Amino acid sequence: MTAQVFTITSGKGGVGKTTAVANLATALAMDGKRVVCIDGDIGLRNLDVVMGLENRIVYDIVDVIEGRCKLKQAMIRDKHYPEMYLLPAAQTRDKNAVSPSDMVRICKDLRADADFVIIDSPAGIERGFRNAIAAADSVIVVTNPEVSAVRDADRVVGILEAEEKGNPSLIINRLNPTLVKNNDMLSAEDVLDLLGIRLIGIVPEDETVIIGSNRGAPVVTDGKSRAGTAFRNIAKRLQGEDVPFLDLAPQSGLWNAIQRLAGRK
Amino acid sequence: MKFFTRKRSAASAKERLQLVLVHDRTDLTPGQLESLKDDLLKAISQYIEIDPEAVRIELERDGREQRLVADIPLKSSSRHRAG
Repeated sequence: MTAQVFTITSGKGGVGKTTAVANLATALAMDGKRVVCIDGDIGLRNLDVVMGLENRIVYDIVDVIEGRCKLKQAMIRDKHYPEMYLLPAAQTRDKNAVSPSDMVRICKDLRADADFVIIDSPAGIERGFRNAIAAADSVIVVTNPEVSAVRDADRVVGILEAEEKGNPSLIINRLNPTLVKNNDMLSAEDVLDLLGIRLIGIVPEDETVIIGSNRGAPVVTDGKSRAGTAFRNIAKRLQGEDVPFLDLAPQSGLWNAIQRLAGRK
Repeated sequence: MKFFTRKRSAASAKERLQLVLVHDRTDLTPGQLESLKDDLLKAISQYIEIDPEAVRIELERDGREQRLVADIPLKSSSRHRAG
Protein backbone atom coordinates (compact mmCIF):
# COMPACT_ATOMS: atom_id res chain seq x y z
CA MET A 1 0.00 0.00 0.00
CA THR A 2 1.21 3.45 -0.84
CA ALA A 3 -0.46 6.64 0.27
CA GLN A 4 -2.42 8.93 -1.99
CA VAL A 5 -1.30 12.54 -1.72
CA PHE A 6 -4.01 15.21 -1.95
CA THR A 7 -3.37 18.94 -1.95
CA ILE A 8 -6.15 21.31 -0.93
CA THR A 9 -5.84 24.75 -2.52
CA SER A 10 -8.06 27.69 -3.51
CA GLY A 11 -6.30 30.78 -4.83
CA LYS A 12 -8.25 33.10 -2.57
CA GLY A 13 -7.63 33.04 1.17
CA GLY A 14 -10.29 32.49 3.78
CA VAL A 15 -12.51 30.11 1.80
CA GLY A 16 -11.98 27.19 4.18
CA LYS A 17 -8.90 25.27 2.99
CA THR A 18 -7.52 24.61 6.46
CA THR A 19 -10.97 23.68 7.78
CA ALA A 20 -11.35 21.27 4.85
CA VAL A 21 -7.95 19.66 5.50
CA ALA A 22 -8.62 19.21 9.24
CA ASN A 23 -12.07 17.78 8.61
CA LEU A 24 -11.16 15.46 5.75
CA ALA A 25 -8.13 14.14 7.62
CA THR A 26 -10.16 13.54 10.77
CA ALA A 27 -12.98 11.87 8.83
CA LEU A 28 -10.46 9.57 7.12
CA ALA A 29 -8.92 8.76 10.52
CA MET A 30 -12.42 8.01 11.86
CA ASP A 31 -12.72 5.51 9.00
CA GLY A 32 -9.57 3.81 10.27
CA LYS A 33 -7.18 5.25 7.70
CA ARG A 34 -3.61 6.28 8.46
CA VAL A 35 -3.41 9.99 7.67
CA VAL A 36 -0.68 12.60 7.66
CA CYS A 37 -1.58 16.28 7.22
CA ILE A 38 1.07 18.74 6.14
CA ASP A 39 0.65 22.45 6.82
CA GLY A 40 2.12 24.08 3.73
CA ASP A 41 1.57 27.63 4.90
CA ILE A 42 5.08 28.48 6.11
CA GLY A 43 5.03 31.60 8.27
CA LEU A 44 1.25 31.54 8.73
CA ARG A 45 0.81 28.26 10.55
CA ASN A 46 -2.84 27.45 11.32
CA LEU A 47 -3.64 23.80 10.80
CA ASP A 48 -2.24 23.08 14.29
CA VAL A 49 -4.79 25.32 16.04
CA VAL A 50 -7.71 24.13 13.93
CA MET A 51 -6.78 20.55 14.87
CA GLY A 52 -6.17 21.43 18.52
CA LEU A 53 -2.50 20.36 18.42
CA GLU A 54 -0.78 23.72 18.88
CA ASN A 55 0.67 22.87 22.30
CA ARG A 56 2.45 19.76 21.10
CA ILE A 57 4.71 21.22 18.43
CA VAL A 58 8.42 20.66 18.99
CA TYR A 59 9.85 20.54 15.48
CA ASP A 60 8.39 21.67 12.14
CA ILE A 61 8.74 20.92 8.44
CA VAL A 62 11.68 23.33 8.00
CA ASP A 63 13.55 21.56 10.82
CA VAL A 64 13.10 18.34 8.85
CA ILE A 65 14.28 19.91 5.58
CA GLU A 66 17.30 21.53 7.21
CA GLY A 67 18.24 18.32 9.01
CA ARG A 68 17.65 19.41 12.62
CA CYS A 69 15.37 16.45 13.22
CA LYS A 70 14.07 13.27 11.66
CA LEU A 71 10.71 13.36 9.85
CA LYS A 72 9.13 11.12 12.51
CA GLN A 73 10.23 13.49 15.29
CA ALA A 74 8.39 16.44 13.71
CA MET A 75 5.15 14.52 13.19
CA ILE A 76 2.59 15.21 15.91
CA ARG A 77 0.22 12.42 16.79
CA ASP A 78 -3.44 13.45 17.13
CA LYS A 79 -5.03 13.43 20.58
CA HIS A 80 -7.98 11.24 19.60
CA TYR A 81 -6.90 9.34 16.51
CA PRO A 82 -3.50 7.68 17.00
CA GLU A 83 -3.24 6.93 13.26
CA MET A 84 -3.42 10.63 12.37
CA TYR A 85 -0.41 12.94 12.35
CA LEU A 86 0.30 16.58 11.64
CA LEU A 87 3.53 17.85 10.12
CA PRO A 88 3.40 21.52 11.17
CA ALA A 89 4.59 24.53 9.20
CA ALA A 90 7.42 26.71 10.50
CA GLN A 91 6.11 29.92 11.97
CA THR A 92 9.26 32.05 11.87
CA ARG A 93 10.40 31.35 8.32
CA ASP A 94 9.08 32.16 4.85
CA LYS A 95 8.05 30.08 1.85
CA ASN A 96 11.57 30.09 0.44
CA ALA A 97 12.71 27.76 3.24
CA VAL A 98 10.91 24.96 1.34
CA SER A 99 11.30 23.91 -2.29
CA PRO A 100 9.02 21.77 -4.47
CA SER A 101 11.60 18.96 -4.40
CA ASP A 102 11.66 19.05 -0.55
CA MET A 103 7.90 18.44 -0.60
CA VAL A 104 8.26 15.60 -3.08
CA ARG A 105 10.96 13.98 -0.91
CA ILE A 106 8.96 14.30 2.33
CA CYS A 107 5.84 12.86 0.71
CA LYS A 108 7.88 10.02 -0.76
CA ASP A 109 9.05 9.13 2.75
CA LEU A 110 5.48 9.30 4.08
CA ARG A 111 3.88 7.22 1.35
CA ALA A 112 5.01 3.85 2.67
CA ASP A 113 3.48 4.26 6.14
CA ALA A 114 0.26 6.16 5.42
CA ASP A 115 -2.95 5.73 3.45
CA PHE A 116 -3.52 9.44 2.86
CA VAL A 117 -1.29 12.51 2.90
CA ILE A 118 -3.24 15.78 2.84
CA ILE A 119 -1.38 19.01 2.16
CA ASP A 120 -2.85 22.36 3.18
CA SER A 121 -1.76 24.89 0.56
CA PRO A 122 -1.33 28.57 1.37
CA ALA A 123 -3.53 31.08 -0.47
CA GLY A 124 -2.15 32.62 -3.63
CA ILE A 125 -0.37 31.20 -6.66
CA GLU A 126 3.21 31.87 -5.59
CA ARG A 127 6.01 29.73 -4.19
CA GLY A 128 4.03 28.26 -1.28
CA PHE A 129 1.29 27.10 -3.64
CA ARG A 130 3.88 25.62 -6.03
CA ASN A 131 5.45 23.75 -3.12
CA ALA A 132 2.08 22.46 -2.00
CA ILE A 133 1.09 21.04 -5.40
CA ALA A 134 4.53 19.61 -6.26
CA ALA A 135 3.95 16.25 -4.58
CA ALA A 136 0.20 15.95 -5.15
CA ASP A 137 -1.32 12.96 -6.90
CA SER A 138 -4.62 14.84 -6.96
CA VAL A 139 -5.58 18.43 -6.22
CA ILE A 140 -8.80 19.58 -4.58
CA VAL A 141 -9.84 23.18 -5.13
CA VAL A 142 -12.00 24.79 -2.44
CA THR A 143 -14.20 27.74 -3.33
CA ASN A 144 -17.16 29.68 -1.97
CA PRO A 145 -20.21 30.55 -4.10
CA GLU A 146 -19.03 34.13 -4.41
CA VAL A 147 -17.50 36.09 -7.31
CA SER A 148 -13.95 36.64 -6.03
CA ALA A 149 -13.53 33.08 -4.75
CA VAL A 150 -14.81 31.56 -8.02
CA ARG A 151 -12.60 33.81 -10.12
CA ASP A 152 -9.49 32.87 -8.12
CA ALA A 153 -10.44 29.19 -8.22
CA ASP A 154 -10.60 29.42 -12.00
CA ARG A 155 -7.08 30.90 -12.12
CA VAL A 156 -5.79 28.05 -9.98
CA VAL A 157 -7.52 25.44 -12.16
CA GLY A 158 -5.89 27.06 -15.21
CA ILE A 159 -2.44 26.82 -13.60
CA LEU A 160 -3.04 23.18 -12.59
CA GLU A 161 -3.98 22.41 -16.21
CA ALA A 162 -0.85 24.14 -17.49
CA GLU A 163 1.26 22.21 -14.95
CA GLU A 164 -0.43 18.97 -16.03
CA LYS A 165 -1.46 18.13 -12.48
CA GLY A 166 -4.51 16.26 -13.78
CA ASN A 167 -8.11 17.29 -13.34
CA PRO A 168 -8.69 18.87 -9.95
CA SER A 169 -11.92 18.25 -8.10
CA LEU A 170 -14.01 20.91 -6.46
CA ILE A 171 -15.39 21.52 -2.97
CA ILE A 172 -17.99 24.27 -2.81
CA ASN A 173 -17.77 25.46 0.77
CA ARG A 174 -20.10 27.71 2.78
CA LEU A 175 -23.10 27.41 0.52
CA ASN A 176 -26.14 29.07 2.09
CA PRO A 177 -29.23 27.14 0.87
CA THR A 178 -31.65 29.94 1.79
CA LEU A 179 -29.71 32.55 -0.19
CA VAL A 180 -29.48 30.13 -3.14
CA LYS A 181 -33.22 29.51 -2.99
CA ASN A 182 -33.83 33.27 -3.07
CA ASN A 183 -31.48 33.57 -6.07
CA ASP A 184 -29.12 35.72 -4.07
CA MET A 185 -26.22 33.27 -4.08
CA LEU A 186 -24.61 31.34 -6.93
CA SER A 187 -25.91 27.77 -6.83
CA ALA A 188 -23.64 24.73 -6.91
CA GLU A 189 -24.75 24.21 -10.54
CA ASP A 190 -23.76 27.79 -11.43
CA VAL A 191 -20.30 27.36 -9.89
CA LEU A 192 -19.79 24.01 -11.63
CA ASP A 193 -20.90 25.44 -14.95
CA LEU A 194 -18.46 28.35 -14.57
CA LEU A 195 -15.45 26.30 -13.45
CA GLY A 196 -16.05 23.19 -15.55
CA ILE A 197 -14.40 20.72 -13.16
CA ARG A 198 -15.60 17.66 -11.26
CA LEU A 199 -17.54 18.21 -8.03
CA ILE A 200 -16.48 16.21 -4.97
CA GLY A 201 -18.59 17.94 -2.34
CA ILE A 202 -20.85 20.79 -1.28
CA VAL A 203 -20.53 21.99 2.31
CA PRO A 204 -23.33 24.15 3.70
CA GLU A 205 -22.57 27.26 5.70
CA ASP A 206 -22.78 26.08 9.28
CA GLU A 207 -22.03 27.80 12.58
CA THR A 208 -20.80 24.52 14.06
CA VAL A 209 -17.64 24.94 11.93
CA ILE A 210 -16.65 28.04 13.93
CA ILE A 211 -17.56 26.36 17.21
CA GLY A 212 -15.43 23.36 16.21
CA SER A 213 -12.43 25.49 15.32
CA ASN A 214 -12.80 27.44 18.60
CA ARG A 215 -12.39 24.15 20.40
CA GLY A 216 -9.78 22.66 18.09
CA ALA A 217 -12.21 19.83 17.30
CA PRO A 218 -13.12 19.47 13.59
CA VAL A 219 -16.91 19.28 13.00
CA VAL A 220 -16.77 15.82 11.44
CA THR A 221 -16.67 14.52 15.02
CA ASP A 222 -20.05 16.20 15.65
CA GLY A 223 -22.66 13.76 14.34
CA LYS A 224 -25.34 16.46 14.21
CA SER A 225 -23.38 19.01 12.16
CA ARG A 226 -24.53 19.33 8.53
CA ALA A 227 -21.10 20.60 7.48
CA GLY A 228 -19.60 17.66 9.36
CA THR A 229 -21.79 15.23 7.42
CA ALA A 230 -20.80 16.90 4.14
CA PHE A 231 -17.09 16.55 5.00
CA ARG A 232 -17.53 12.91 6.09
CA ASN A 233 -19.17 12.22 2.71
CA ILE A 234 -16.26 13.85 0.86
CA ALA A 235 -13.85 11.66 2.85
CA LYS A 236 -15.84 8.59 1.69
CA ARG A 237 -15.57 9.80 -1.91
CA LEU A 238 -11.79 10.16 -1.48
CA GLN A 239 -11.78 6.48 -0.54
CA GLY A 240 -13.55 5.69 -3.79
CA GLU A 241 -17.07 5.26 -2.42
CA ASP A 242 -20.02 6.54 -4.37
CA VAL A 243 -21.94 8.66 -1.86
CA PRO A 244 -24.95 10.72 -3.01
CA PHE A 245 -24.76 14.49 -2.48
CA LEU A 246 -26.62 15.94 0.50
CA ASP A 247 -30.02 17.47 -0.02
CA LEU A 248 -29.29 21.09 0.83
CA ALA A 249 -32.83 22.43 0.58
CA PRO A 250 -33.24 25.19 3.15
CA GLN A 251 -34.72 23.96 6.38
CA SER A 252 -37.80 25.95 7.35
CA GLY A 253 -37.82 27.86 10.61
CA LEU A 254 -40.58 25.60 11.88
CA TRP A 255 -38.68 22.43 10.97
CA ASN A 256 -35.58 23.79 12.66
CA ALA A 257 -37.62 24.62 15.76
CA ILE A 258 -39.06 21.09 15.87
CA GLN A 259 -35.60 19.57 15.46
CA ARG A 260 -34.27 21.75 18.24
CA LEU A 261 -37.12 20.68 20.50
CA ALA A 262 -36.36 17.07 19.65
CA GLY A 263 -32.73 17.71 20.56
CA ARG A 264 -31.48 16.98 17.08
CA LYS A 265 -29.80 20.31 16.43
CA MET B 1 -42.52 48.30 -6.59
CA LYS B 2 -38.82 48.41 -7.32
CA PHE B 3 -38.14 45.61 -4.86
CA PHE B 4 -40.03 43.02 -6.87
CA THR B 5 -38.62 43.91 -10.25
CA ARG B 6 -35.01 44.01 -9.03
CA LYS B 7 -32.90 41.37 -10.72
CA ARG B 8 -31.69 38.85 -8.16
CA SER B 9 -27.99 39.11 -7.45
CA ALA B 10 -27.05 35.51 -8.27
CA ALA B 11 -27.83 36.13 -11.95
CA SER B 12 -25.59 39.22 -12.04
CA ALA B 13 -22.84 37.30 -10.28
CA LYS B 14 -22.98 34.56 -12.89
CA GLU B 15 -23.11 36.91 -15.87
CA ARG B 16 -20.23 39.00 -14.56
CA LEU B 17 -18.15 35.91 -13.82
CA GLN B 18 -18.79 34.46 -17.28
CA LEU B 19 -17.30 37.57 -18.85
CA VAL B 20 -14.41 37.91 -16.42
CA LEU B 21 -13.40 34.24 -16.74
CA VAL B 22 -13.35 34.38 -20.53
CA HIS B 23 -10.90 37.28 -20.40
CA ASP B 24 -8.85 35.80 -17.52
CA ARG B 25 -8.47 32.48 -19.32
CA THR B 26 -7.47 33.93 -22.67
CA ASP B 27 -5.40 36.73 -21.18
CA LEU B 28 -7.18 39.02 -23.64
CA THR B 29 -8.60 42.34 -22.45
CA PRO B 30 -11.97 43.51 -23.83
CA GLY B 31 -10.04 46.20 -25.76
CA GLN B 32 -7.71 43.64 -27.35
CA LEU B 33 -10.71 41.51 -28.31
CA GLU B 34 -12.22 44.54 -30.05
CA SER B 35 -9.09 45.18 -32.12
CA LEU B 36 -8.87 41.46 -32.94
CA LYS B 37 -12.42 41.69 -34.33
CA ASP B 38 -11.53 44.80 -36.36
CA ASP B 39 -8.44 43.13 -37.84
CA LEU B 40 -10.37 39.97 -38.61
CA LEU B 41 -13.10 41.90 -40.43
CA LYS B 42 -10.52 43.94 -42.37
CA ALA B 43 -8.80 40.75 -43.51
CA ILE B 44 -12.03 39.08 -44.58
CA SER B 45 -13.28 42.18 -46.38
CA GLN B 46 -10.25 42.03 -48.68
CA TYR B 47 -11.72 38.85 -50.18
CA ILE B 48 -15.47 39.00 -49.76
CA GLU B 49 -18.05 41.63 -49.04
CA ILE B 50 -19.49 41.32 -45.56
CA ASP B 51 -22.21 43.06 -43.66
CA PRO B 52 -20.34 44.65 -40.73
CA GLU B 53 -23.57 45.43 -38.87
CA ALA B 54 -24.59 41.78 -38.67
CA VAL B 55 -21.20 40.40 -37.64
CA ARG B 56 -20.99 38.54 -34.34
CA ILE B 57 -17.57 37.53 -32.99
CA GLU B 58 -17.46 36.25 -29.44
CA LEU B 59 -15.38 34.20 -27.05
CA GLU B 60 -17.44 31.28 -25.83
CA ARG B 61 -16.87 28.76 -23.08
CA ASP B 62 -17.52 25.07 -23.36
CA GLY B 63 -16.57 23.44 -20.07
CA ARG B 64 -12.91 24.39 -19.68
CA GLU B 65 -12.45 25.07 -23.39
CA GLN B 66 -12.47 28.50 -24.91
CA ARG B 67 -13.64 29.13 -28.42
CA LEU B 68 -13.58 32.19 -30.63
CA VAL B 69 -16.87 31.95 -32.48
CA ALA B 70 -17.51 34.15 -35.51
CA ASP B 71 -20.78 34.48 -37.33
CA ILE B 72 -20.09 36.67 -40.36
CA PRO B 73 -22.98 37.00 -42.79
CA LEU B 74 -21.88 37.79 -46.33
CA LYS B 75 -23.58 40.43 -48.43
CA SER B 76 -25.65 38.92 -51.23
CA SER B 77 -23.05 37.99 -53.77
CA SER B 78 -22.50 40.75 -56.35
CA ARG B 79 -21.72 38.03 -58.88
CA HIS B 80 -25.11 36.46 -58.18
CA ARG B 81 -26.82 39.84 -58.57
CA ALA B 82 -25.03 40.49 -61.86
CA GLY B 83 -26.13 37.12 -63.18
